[in-house]
Amino acid sequence: MRQGHLFHSDRLTALALLVPVVTYIVAFIGFPFVMSFVYSISDATIGDPHFSIIGMRNFREMLQDEAFRTSLANTFIFTFVSIGLVVVLAHILAELLIREFPGKWIARFLLMLPWTAPIALGAIGFLWFMDSVYSPFDWLLRKAGLLGHPGDLFGPMSNLYWLARPGLAMASVILVHVWRLLPLATVILIAGLNSIPREIVEAAQIDGAGYFRRLFHITLPLLFPVIGVTILFSVFFTFTDMTVVWILTKGGPPPHATQVLASLAFLKTIQGGDLAQGAAVALFFFPVLAGIAAIVLRLVKKAVVV
Amino acid sequence: MANVRFTGLKKHFGPVRAVDGVDLEIADGEFLVLLGPSGSGKTTLMRLCAGLDEPTAGSIFIDGELVNDVAPRKRGIAMVFQSYALYPHKTVFKNIAFPLSVEGLPRNEILSKVEWAANLLGIGHLLERMPSRISGGERQRVAIARALVRRPRVLLMDEPLSNLDAKVRHTARDELKKFQREIGVTTIYVTHDQVEAMGLGDRIAVMNDGCIRQIGSPDEIYQEPSDTFVAGFVGIPPMNFMEESGVLTGFRPETFLPARLVDDHERRIFRFRIERVEHLGSYNLVYGKVGEALLIANLSVRHEVREGTEEDFAVRLTDLRYYDRATGRRIPP
Repeated sequence: MRQGHLFHSDRLTALALLVPVVTYIVAFIGFPFVMSFVYSISDATIGDPHFSIIGMRNFREMLQDEAFRTSLANTFIFTFVSIGLVVVLAHILAELLIREFPGKWIARFLLMLPWTAPIALGAIGFLWFMDSVYSPFDWLLRKAGLLGHPGDLFGPMSNLYWLARPGLAMASVILVHVWRLLPLATVILIAGLNSIPREIVEAAQIDGAGYFRRLFHITLPLLFPVIGVTILFSVFFTFTDMTVVWILTKGGPPPHATQVLASLAFLKTIQGGDLAQGAAVALFFFPVLAGIAAIVLRLVKKAVVV
Repeated sequence: MANVRFTGLKKHFGPVRAVDGVDLEIADGEFLVLLGPSGSGKTTLMRLCAGLDEPTAGSIFIDGELVNDVAPRKRGIAMVFQSYALYPHKTVFKNIAFPLSVEGLPRNEILSKVEWAANLLGIGHLLERMPSRISGGERQRVAIARALVRRPRVLLMDEPLSNLDAKVRHTARDELKKFQREIGVTTIYVTHDQVEAMGLGDRIAVMNDGCIRQIGSPDEIYQEPSDTFVAGFVGIPPMNFMEESGVLTGFRPETFLPARLVDDHERRIFRFRIERVEHLGSYNLVYGKVGEALLIANLSVRHEVREGTEEDFAVRLTDLRYYDRATGRRIPP
């Protein structure tokens, strides 16, 4: 036995394995995190490397800022509507896709495609689909007789202006985001559904439970940990994401109809140069996300009974 | 309570003929065992009866009513699964109560019925536990209680004892038979274990390749196997066979005895070359050959035989069975 050799010592091996991870976390998560704390209580700007600590003024100003309040409300609407839709649609899709049918393989493959494409490209595709003049969606609606003449379901205008009207713009942003999250959520739920023993569902069937009773008394409770994790991931992806919003609307239509916290932070920091205000906005995520993570993980832990 | 009848029942999964033409009638209150090796179609036949699979052809009648298109929950059946399939997130009480609460019974009625089933199976003290916190034997009882609590017309059991320790399996078998007698519910029981089949069944249906090879009382199945499959599948060790001019002569190992012990004139004598003796405590298995045929004798430990010797063994003529070598079917004596 050569006790001195690196991999013969548990302590040294553990250390060697941990160092890269710890370095990564400290350098790319810990350091920026600490810096954003520091910036958020300073008067730092992009143009000037010198700054002084000014206390909580950034936060006070932020809370009084109309743009921030709108963005905060929008973030919650954007997040919770998207996730509600994603969970329900993903469950329906998962239920369909675990059944045997011809072409199941190709259906699963097509479903995964949005996830494999870069989000930015997908969003640009939708930007064209929702163009104010050339939108194919509008063209289809006009051809179907639902748009473009007085008395039509969607009004007499020749176009819907998907991204130019406040309510519709938010709906469009949510739609694209749902399109993007759905594949991952569906795959997670398919895995969850497959992990429920078939005999348990059959036992419930024989015990007399119809579809909805099986869903609410058997499948959903057993799926709960999986759904919890899906929601957790989706909330994080949605709460911190600005790609879809930025590409489709840049937070507009003006002033801030679809502005979310992430895009506001980007706007203030990178475009406005106000590092301190941007950091304050970005830091607002932290307690919210930590709180949500704590709640979901707690529920999931409770639900695991086996 | 009800009788069950299958006519011309078939279930094909693509090219696989899991059940391939079964006609069977099970009387009211009868305990019928479907016995067969794995892949013989016995579980599929049960799933057809439960309505979990749809037959490719043929009919299923419960109490004279055609139930082919009736949903499982409306057939008045209950099923105990091999894995027990307890709901892991519900307490034992809620597991047993589930079929009742589905029916929408009032709370006090559910309470008294669950109590009845729990007491019948001796699991009254476990009602507040989760399934993960009880033993395998207890889970099996919970599964049976959940099946019985609704007073089903037909009780289906899919190898319910196979997940139990060998030690508790004997008592579990005994108890199972007692509950069934007490309640008198028509029972279809699937197993590949012939000891269970012999011990539990009023009648046994032996299955192979999707077909029923023989139906009869445990005694009939053992003593009068209708073909070489049944003769070879039932009995440990299986029936001995010797080929003689296109006919297979068969006899059970315990009827194959040293000639001096068979004091009957109606007997047939074989010159048995004893190769090996296996001492199994209460009995010995004697391996050897007559001509080219490998035979086994099951002897009481009191009768001594020596390895490497040759001895006259005999079988009473009434214990000999004859089978067609080509078809495997029994030839009447």
